Amino acid sequence: MKKLINTAESVVEDALNGMAAAHPSLRIRDHVVYRAQGPRRGKVGLVSGGGSGHEPLHVGFVGHGMLDAACAGEIFTSPVPDPIIEATLGVDGGAGVLHIVKNYTGDVLNFEMAAELVEGVEVASVLVDDDVAVQDSLYTAGRRGTGATLFVEKIAGALAEEGAPLARVAAVAQEVDERSRSFGIALTSCTTPSAGKPTFDLPETEVELGIGIHGEPGRARVPLAPARELAEVAMEAVHRDQPLRGDLLVMVNGMGGTPLMELYVVFAEVAAFIKGKGARVTRSLVGNYVTSLDMQGFSVSVCLLDDALTRLWDAPVETPALRWGR
Amino acid sequence: MDTDLFVAWFEETARLVREERDRLTRLDAAIGDADHGTNLDRGLTEVCKALADSAPESAAEVLTTAGTTLIRRVGGASGPLYGSVFRQMGKALLTPVTLAGFSAAFEAGVVAVERLGKAALGDKTMVDALAPASRALALAVRDGVSVQEALDQAARAAAEGAKATIPMQARKGRASYLGERSIGHEDPGAASAVLFMTALATVAG
Repeated sequence: MKKLINTAESVVEDALNGMAAAHPSLRIRDHVVYRAQGPRRGKVGLVSGGGSGHEPLHVGFVGHGMLDAACAGEIFTSPVPDPIIEATLGVDGGAGVLHIVKNYTGDVLNFEMAAELVEGVEVASVLVDDDVAVQDSLYTAGRRGTGATLFVEKIAGALAEEGAPLARVAAVAQEVDERSRSFGIALTSCTTPSAGKPTFDLPETEVELGIGIHGEPGRARVPLAPARELAEVAMEAVHRDQPLRGDLLVMVNGMGGTPLMELYVVFAEVAAFIKGKGARVTRSLVGNYVTSLDMQGFSVSVCLLDDALTRLWDAPVETPALRWGR
Repeated sequence: MDTDLFVAWFEETARLVREERDRLTRLDAAIGDADHGTNLDRGLTEVCKALADSAPESAAEVLTTAGTTLIRRVGGASGPLYGSVFRQMGKALLTPVTLAGFSAAFEAGVVAVERLGKAALGDKTMVDALAPASRALALAVRDGVSVQEALDQAARAAAEGAKATIPMQARKGRASYLGERSIGHEDPGAASAVLFMTALATVAG
């Protein structure tokens, strides 16, 4: 598998150097991406992070109206506690810090340890667990955090920017997670630079249903079908778990290796499905936002909006990967 | 069981993990995210470096240094999980180190990882290799066998425990996302736990 890298070992570092060179609004130190201007007095700091390979998540969401810092781990491997502690101390403006953590065992353990070890900063945490492909039960590690992470970071970031206290920022982050559901479908596996070959084999004629964002296989494998049918499978899973109603924020997210044109093909089917259920797409996002390296496929994420959440979604944001209104 | 033995334990584990790196990663690719071999290889290289730099004076110090290094350097789930095993083991280990003392400290390490990972025997995790190894050590102490015999028995128990994960359905970690599709694969965490136990038996000989 051909890759545009120098070496597999240096790929995370090299990519972060590129981000620093491209975006003067960022300051990057020890695998943590900060806003260049530093913390603002009295504003709650937002820290997220996780394994690399999901770009632009999380590092591309650092900036006004969204994250204050993002910790980049090795590819698909959560960061260790030290940089999370550094990030937490580095963004504190005296109002406390919210950790936004995707629900994976490694991320949860490392962020928990960091929160325990950090001194002199009030820390709250929210776990994002929106993936309906995983049964939430005693028999699993719980649902994975996927596309809704972007919703949580954007909306909580907007509220923090307005100067809301930590408890309210944490509460809105939790609320967005509870109102959001996602489901992903892969046409191919992904290839990590260190392995150099696809994580799993998927025949030309089959797709993987209910995939995560680390190249882990999904729940089932079925024959490839037209986009309409695949979109329906994803939306049925979302709808079954949380019936679609009212105003919706809908993201059709590419896994990294799917052309935007195909994502729009999927979005048309998703929108038709939603209309059929009597709900409305009032805010939308189509593109590669929460990726899995070069995997082909899509995930769809839906959040039930109300006026307050819509207003926070519309609030100005200025990050490398998401920017409007400013 | 002296300090050098414990340093040698991690050096031998690092060597074994390097040798078996691709197999661990293959196991992880089947039911996880294909990074277990790479991460553990990186972590143990760091552990050996830390042990060489810090020249620990006791077995307990070797274990806590190794544990802290794994927590601070590996990332993912395996870093904090293995790190906690060795940190807790180091905290519980009394000097001079006897087989009975090591067995008790090992048990404390296993309890720590069960608590942190909220995993129990049968969940298809590293606990399925570590807990039987711990039980084998305790039985060996009861039976009064030699250190070498005890460590051999622990390594065998770990290997059997890892093999027993093959028909299990995972209930913890990323493999649990696969539901029934996790059946039929050896758990990579249990497989790497076997390498730790095999290395210990090897360097004791």
